[in-house]
Amino acid sequence: MAPKKLGLKQRYAHMTRGLDWETTYQPMDAVFPYDTFEGIKIKDWSAWEDPFRLTMDAYWKFQAEKERKLYAVLDAFAQNNGQTGVSDGRYVNVVKLFLTGISPEEYQAHRGFAFTGRHLRGAGPRVACQMQSLDELRHIQTQIHTISHYNKYFDGISEFPHMHDRVWYLSVPKSFFDDARTAGPFEFMIAIGFAFEYVLTNLLFVPFMSGAAYNGDMSTVTFGFSAQSDESRHMTLGIEVIKFLLEQHPDNLPIVQKWVDKWFWRGHRVLGLVAMMMDYMLPKKVMSWKEAWEIYFTEAGGSLFQDLARYGLKAPKYADVATADAEHISHQNWAVFYQYTHAAAFHTWMPDKEHLDWLSEKYPNTFDKYYRPRWEMWAEMEKQGKRFYNPSLPQLCQVCQIPMAYTEPGDPTKIAFRCSEVGGETYHFCSDGCKDIFDGEPEKYVQSWLPVHQIFQGACGGATIPDVLNYYRMNVGADNMDYVGSPDEKLWNEWHAGKAREAV
Amino acid sequence: MAQIASITLLHNDDARPIIEAILADNPGVRVLNMPGAVKLDCDDELIVKRASVEERLGRPWEPQEIQLVLVSMAGNLDEDDDWFKLSWKH
Ligand SMILES: [Fe+2]
Ligand SMILES: [Fe+2]
Ligand SMILES: [Zn+2]
Repeated sequence: MAPKKLGLKQRYAHMTRGLDWETTYQPMDAVFPYDTFEGIKIKDWSAWEDPFRLTMDAYWKFQAEKERKLYAVLDAFAQNNGQTGVSDGRYVNVVKLFLTGISPEEYQAHRGFAFTGRHLRGAGPRVACQMQSLDELRHIQTQIHTISHYNKYFDGISEFPHMHDRVWYLSVPKSFFDDARTAGPFEFMIAIGFAFEYVLTNLLFVPFMSGAAYNGDMSTVTFGFSAQSDESRHMTLGIEVIKFLLEQHPDNLPIVQKWVDKWFWRGHRVLGLVAMMMDYMLPKKVMSWKEAWEIYFTEAGGSLFQDLARYGLKAPKYADVATADAEHISHQNWAVFYQYTHAAAFHTWMPDKEHLDWLSEKYPNTFDKYYRPRWEMWAEMEKQGKRFYNPSLPQLCQVCQIPMAYTEPGDPTKIAFRCSEVGGETYHFCSDGCKDIFDGEPEKYVQSWLPVHQIFQGACGGATIPDVLNYYRMNVGADNMDYVGSPDEKLWNEWHAGKAREAV
Repeated sequence: MAQIASITLLHNDDARPIIEAILADNPGVRVLNMPGAVKLDCDDELIVKRASVEERLGRPWEPQEIQLVLVSMAGNLDEDDDWFKLSWKH
């Protein structure tokens, strides 16, 4: 009689359980030294469920298939000079922001999951973390391969790893991941697996990649959606870890709640870069940041936290503040980058009339009242040859590391300042959310590497802006400043003049 | 408030039979088209049935293959040999 084929659930159980063992040469606590100090109590590691039930052999099969498809598209894009067919030369700045600000975090995610994949005591989560670690390595590799094609033509890309560890705004995503990776393995899982992957990653990848598709960038949309297909697995891991911790012991609830509050707020601040990208940098727009927030946080997050309420978990503290911020954050961020365009490795511009009208329509409560007049004034100043640059260095929030440019909840005309005193020093914050995080762990955040402080301490190449830009390896006059007048613009216009000539 | 079970798939040839199967098997499903992707939303629960996909595809299909075209999802996942289900029901 032929043996009966096992079902998926049985196959998975055979391939993943009973493969680990209780160590005898060394006590288990010496082999897994990091999974107790955070105070999380686990009674039964075998209660871990992986709903994807992906075994290693299936994993390799699917990942290989994804890679074949992706690299076929990348080849076709390069062979057909796809870079000349994007919606506008401005679009490439989206790709620059992605490679400099996000791809290095894929690598940090890879390392973080490699660590948790080694240091959690249960075999189920260890396997899931190891797969995710490999995924994240695949993400940064495919992103570098894809964007290296743009690097042949456009500025601001070539020094991305060097810049990532130094440039002021790149410290925002970098410090987010540094913070997660220097936490214990459970906090890392809540920070990256749950808060980032489950609650916030949709807001990062779906609009970015749909934006790439809409703007003719076939290569970026393909790596993006190829990565995102792994992301669904990561989201499942994130939701699984939170359910697992909450089911294991009631004492875990307050610890987990504190992490959820913290990482939601930190993630929301990092995603402000995406907000700005969507509302200002895509020549052809997919949806506004506010619309994306409604779909992916208010609606999707609402369903999720309604589900988790049965464990006593509450929606993140300051979720309401973050939702109110969705009316402002993209505009306030773009204002910062416009003022500091001389120190950023991508180009800026003031929106044209059509773009301003789109923003007025998408932000009826705030844009005409608070932001449009400022943009129109700055555009007017440009015309008069008095383009506005901010020559000073901004004060940074000690936690999120963003310049202190955000406004008070409920009063968009007033900059928000918070501070705490520790050891005779005053530390500054952009918001109650960031202040709470600092106050919860001041001994960690007093050590933050803040780019502006480092410049003033003489740790960044010198005392003048040219010294600092040199230290950043910024190719001045090419990587930075406005799009209009840039070598990128010149090249783009030449391509299009060529296309127009061929057309007649 | 109804909880929304949701799946986002690539909008390409490989995903089309899956999208069609979802539309057929989930009454009241709502469709949001985005460049390159499509988001399908249902109150409380959304299911992808192996048999329905196979019928449209004309070949055997395992629910795990959905990973090749999956962009995002919301809901607790239950995957088995015959279905891929996202649900907020307990
Ligand atoms: Fe990733
Ligand atoms: Fe991920
Ligand atoms: Zn802050």
